[in-house]
Amino acid sequence: MTAATATAAVSVTPRARTGFAAFLRRHPTVAIGGALLVAIVLASLAAPWLATVDPISINPSQRLRSPSADHWFGTDRFGRDLYSRVIYGGRVSLVVGLSVAGLATLIGLAIGLVSGYLRAVDVVVMRVMDGMMAIPAIMLAIALIALSKASIFIVIVAVTLPEVPRVVRLVRSIVLTIREQPYIEAATAIGTSVPRIMLRHLLPNALPPLIVQATYICASAVLIEAALSFLGAGTPPEVPSWGNIMAEARPYFQLKPAMVLLPGVFLAVTVLAINLVGDGLRDMLDPRLARRM
Amino acid sequence: MHVFLIRRLLAAVPVIVVVTVFVFALLHLAPGDPAAIIAGDLATAEDVAKIRAKLGLDQPLLIQFFTWIGQLLHGDLGNSIFSAHPVSELIAQRLEPTVTLTVMTLFISVLLAVPLGVIAAWRVGSWIDRSVMGFAVFGFSVPGFVIGYVLIWVFAIELDWLPVQGYTPLAKGFWPWLSNIILPSVTLALAYMALIARITRASMLETLSQDYIRTAHAKGLATRDVLMGHALRNAAVPIVTVIGIGVALLIGGVVVTESVFAIPGLGRLTVDAILRRDYPVIQGIILVFSGAYVVVNLVVDMLYTVLDPRIRY
Repeated sequence: MTAATATAAVSVTPRARTGFAAFLRRHPTVAIGGALLVAIVLASLAAPWLATVDPISINPSQRLRSPSADHWFGTDRFGRDLYSRVIYGGRVSLVVGLSVAGLATLIGLAIGLVSGYLRAVDVVVMRVMDGMMAIPAIMLAIALIALSKASIFIVIVAVTLPEVPRVVRLVRSIVLTIREQPYIEAATAIGTSVPRIMLRHLLPNALPPLIVQATYICASAVLIEAALSFLGAGTPPEVPSWGNIMAEARPYFQLKPAMVLLPGVFLAVTVLAINLVGDGLRDMLDPRLARRM
Repeated sequence: MHVFLIRRLLAAVPVIVVVTVFVFALLHLAPGDPAAIIAGDLATAEDVAKIRAKLGLDQPLLIQFFTWIGQLLHGDLGNSIFSAHPVSELIAQRLEPTVTLTVMTLFISVLLAVPLGVIAAWRVGSWIDRSVMGFAVFGFSVPGFVIGYVLIWVFAIELDWLPVQGYTPLAKGFWPWLSNIILPSVTLALAYMALIARITRASMLETLSQDYIRTAHAKGLATRDVLMGHALRNAAVPIVTVIGIGVALLIGGVVVTESVFAIPGLGRLTVDAILRRDYPVIQGIILVFSGAYVVVNLVVDMLYTVLDPRIRY
């Protein structure tokens, strides 16, 4: 009882007036997540300089080597340098994560705004969304990829599609609660057009939770891309990604566990960092949601 | 209750229709000629034509759709392109390991995650609460196949307590069956547990701030009775909802986990089907998985009225 009141008290303390530094001090996990994420992004951008060898250059005399001064993470079955491959692999994860988060949010926002505001459209759209949500995300992505030539673009499309219904539901629920507010009524009464109401009144209200949702979608997209590549249905084998590096190392797992585990650690840390930043944004932008979660 | 049952069943119909149309459309949404893609790079024009005829792709779209629906209604999911066996038969053969894995995971997750969430909410802000929440973020972030390999490395290779991979049917003995299913179930359970623990804590926090909880404490009820009898009972609806929705997560995880642990279930069948571009099999598995999801969530909806008699439809 006392404990529950305590959380309520925390969430109503004004956040806006306290500085960014104070926020980070109060949420050390967010600071850690943010720092990790910055490091990963920088490492991916600087991959050509950080990598010691060309990640796709084959060296048959140096196959399946253990970590050494020349090959920090060892080499794979073609003698390719694993450290360089892992550094380059981050690029795929981040590109897919960011593209999916952006695309799914934009598409979901558009559908959600229309669906929440126009009753006739809503019935049909929501049934379609319910149906899409009944198909597990990975299965849906697998089905789409199985019918196309493997490419990063197809992976992005296939991972975006199952994320859209989640955004639609969020936006729609926000629109439904706001559209009954007196100020929307007033706007309608003075003859504001529907698109203008959506852009000027509904969109700003939907934005904070949407940004938080986008972060979580980004994390989920990185996970799904890695899972797809791991299953052999994702990023094409010639582009190193954490998922397909792990997939290629699988047959040698019992001999050289590090070959599988090292890219796995990078993947896990990246997703963890994105999720921590997401939690931080949620606490900052939407204290009410923070308490509920 | 009967009226509610029927109404709820009817509400599931559009969902199933959408799923079916979607699964059908998948084959036609893809860019290019599906027959050519399924046939692969080395196929001759003859092979492509053969596949096109086999899948009925040479027919008008509407006829294709209704033929397909007609077969579905007869329980016919078509035949595998690769092995020519009926898809329903292939799925039935692979059902046991997958059902074992999911039921075991559900069991472990609910048994551990609900108490963890309850304790976290009860001792909110304490180190227990912070560790449970930390665990929840961790469980969401670390992919199943990474956890799986770490567990194999520790418990199967280094400690040598459990088998590395494989599956033994229950018919071949309890221990061989259990020892094979422990690691995959724990792997699959982590993300699911994170989800359930988090919602349990949130829902419990909401209920624990209610007046009747204070009353229960005031009249001298033991803490355990207040938490389990009063608070959890009232916090149950969101928890059960998330358990139902989380089944989608579980199904996605099955595909990856079975692949890591070489379990011959539906997940393996899916992966094999992708590599062979065996489209009827992929379609069949999606239908089965989605059907399972719809049924589970129907059951969850029914549970609402049992858990909370105030809910009337």
